[in-house]
Amino acid sequence: MTKKFNEKAWHEYDLGFMVSRPGCSAEYRTGDWRSQQPQTNKDKCIKCGVCYLVCPEGAIQLAADGTYDFDLEHCKGCGICATECWTGCISMVEEGE
Amino acid sequence: MAKRVGIEVSLAISEAVKLAQVDAVAAYPITPQTHIVEHLSELVAEGELDAAFIPVESEHSAMSVCAGTSAAGARTYTATSSQGLALMNEILFIIPALRLPIVMTIANRALSGPISIWNDHSDIMSVRDTGWIAIFAENGQEAFDLTLQSFKIAEDHRVLLPISVNIDGFTLSHVIEPHEFLDQEEVNRFLPEYKPAVQLNPDDPVSMGAVGVPEIYAEAKKCQDEVLKGSITVIKEVFAEFAEMFGREYKVVETYQAEGAETLLLTMGSVGETAMEAIDQLRAAGRKVGLVRLRLWRPFPAADLRAAVRGIKTLAVIDRAVSFGGTGGPVAGEVRSALYSVKDAPYVASFITGLGGRDITVDDFIGMANQAEAMAKANEIHEYKMIGVRE
Repeated sequence: MTKKFNEKAWHEYDLGFMVSRPGCSAEYRTGDWRSQQPQTNKDKCIKCGVCYLVCPEGAIQLAADGTYDFDLEHCKGCGICATECWTGCISMVEEGE
Repeated sequence: MAKRVGIEVSLAISEAVKLAQVDAVAAYPITPQTHIVEHLSELVAEGELDAAFIPVESEHSAMSVCAGTSAAGARTYTATSSQGLALMNEILFIIPALRLPIVMTIANRALSGPISIWNDHSDIMSVRDTGWIAIFAENGQEAFDLTLQSFKIAEDHRVLLPISVNIDGFTLSHVIEPHEFLDQEEVNRFLPEYKPAVQLNPDDPVSMGAVGVPEIYAEAKKCQDEVLKGSITVIKEVFAEFAEMFGREYKVVETYQAEGAETLLLTMGSVGETAMEAIDQLRAAGRKVGLVRLRLWRPFPAADLRAAVRGIKTLAVIDRAVSFGGTGGPVAGEVRSALYSVKDAPYVASFITGLGGRDITVDDFIGMANQAEAMAKANEIHEYKMIGVRE
């Protein structure tokens, strides 16, 4: 079984700790950095996709119904989507509430 | 064997770099390193060296360009001194972390202030913990030979670390000495073409210099330290191979008249030549005094040093830099640390002298040997003494 990036011994990494597999940063879960998470009132969503465009983490994906879902394993809770949403359908909610 | 050529040491180093057939040089001129890169730029301009000579606006840029060319797989060289090295500081740490085998000559010069263009070791000591291999040359021939050997050491796939070859500014850089040059065919036999382990290549992409999150940063540092410490094996192998091919022998810790000595002086760099003269005079007077010349500063050759000083009573370490507010010269601190757990370790006297171009004379060395022996006899508790300062 291949070890996860945070399980390897010091001598098991690529030379100079370079990244040799494109896209492997997706394996690093940044979701637990979050103190607030986005919640959507999908009734107000006009499917414009602005949230998808502005998310700096690529943590917003197109859902089958044309609205957007949040990947909470990677969303850091920055709130840019909520600020930019045209209809105000995204709100940031304290974690644990 | 090639003929002896009388040439300025700086130019001999440039010729060694040319013989190493480097692919890229990025450097900014600074006294007393200037002649090295000036001559390299001439060699490139005249078509004698097929390399990219990249002029830059600062040493920070010079080392940044070197990082790029080395990452792209080019054999890369630069040279600097003093304030220039200080300006490179940020990038110096990144080069070994990325495992880029850059070779750099440092024409050692005092740091400002007050402004000084003259020689001491404060520049290299200020970058001690950047993770570079650091080697000291004592004369022009050593500077020429060590420059060539450095490429082979740095580029060995067990190492892949940058190296600084330290030469004393002016004392070495600006003097004309006889050098035994190697010809291109000899160098090619010794130094094969550089084969990078990994290089930046759009067809096989990698990211160098990615973030090191807390889960891996410590592993990255441990790896760097292990590789640097392990490089001493390769350094010794390359020294041995060079000796086998060309007859000039190098060791990580050199000794002179150490056989049967009770007191040893310890120096780094060109002052070893003056110290040898002092040793000759002391030996002629029946004194059991010898010399240790530390060639390798990083990785610190602790085991070789312990072997070299085994059984002696007094060790006088001569530093050419101040560790302000510390407990001794930087070299003495390292030496004491290496010997602390050794049973019956010698008394270590720390002398700081030869700062900012002040000469260290034969009489100074004799005086330090005498003083160290007296201090050892009295078991004097001391941290360090500055020698030759007007009080």
